[in-house]
Amino acid sequence: MGTDTPDAPADDAPSRAELAARVDELEDALAEATSDDDGKKMSIIATKGTLDMAYPPLILASTAAAFGYEVTVFHTFWGLDILHEERSKNLKLSSVGNPNMPVPNAVAALPGMDRVTTKMMEKKIADNDTATIEELIETSLDMGVEFQACQMTIDLMDYDEDDFYDGVTTGVGAATALQDMADSDIQLLV
Amino acid sequence: MSAEFDITETLDVKGASCPMPVVKAKSAIDELSEGEVLEVLATDPGSMSDIDGWASGTGGIELVNQEEGDDVFKHYVRKTE
Repeated sequence: MGTDTPDAPADDAPSRAELAARVDELEDALAEATSDDDGKKMSIIATKGTLDMAYPPLILASTAAAFGYEVTVFHTFWGLDILHEERSKNLKLSSVGNPNMPVPNAVAALPGMDRVTTKMMEKKIADNDTATIEELIETSLDMGVEFQACQMTIDLMDYDEDDFYDGVTTGVGAATALQDMADSDIQLLV
Repeated sequence: MSAEFDITETLDVKGASCPMPVVKAKSAIDELSEGEVLEVLATDPGSMSDIDGWASGTGGIELVNQEEGDDVFKHYVRKTE
């Protein structure tokens, strides 16, 4: 077999030039795939607006930003209240439907009980030096977290785009959120 | 973990609870240059695990040391790039 000449391929084999082109193509694809790994992304969908449920998306968003993640939080339905400058300072804790509450549901359903449990939780937050919702939003915005307010629910709730914190993105919908989720390493629905 | 190092900057987050020690440490270390060490003073017991997790999960920083005092948890994080 010493007479083989590498430059003379069989009829159906790719030529050396074709192989070289294919190698270049694969090297480019590899470089692109590896560079994508540098920037990790997280996408959170925030749907709840009670005081207790406002915390998890904001804590995870700010922490992921500290890890260097590119973070998007898409707020929809009651989750919009977290981004609503006025309403975010007045989020309530529901006293009913949570069996871990210190009062039975029959008592918790009485008028004014949500206000009592909310005050209780606000006092605990202050005593424990836990960050407020407003602090977490401002911190997250400073760290580059992108907060998005779902346009369909802004209209549904009759909110105005100016009601939200400065820096909040409006005019976005489910397709934007889906695209973000598809591109992300972590996707969460809260 | 016991290598000698100089402290460049100290961040006092005593009293603050999750996620603030990590979030503020991130902002503080962004101000440092390569090779410099940030000292973080915290009272949050969760900071022992959280600062460790943050330092190992984040590029460009490494945990140099952690000390568990009576009241204060001390963390030393170096900027590596």
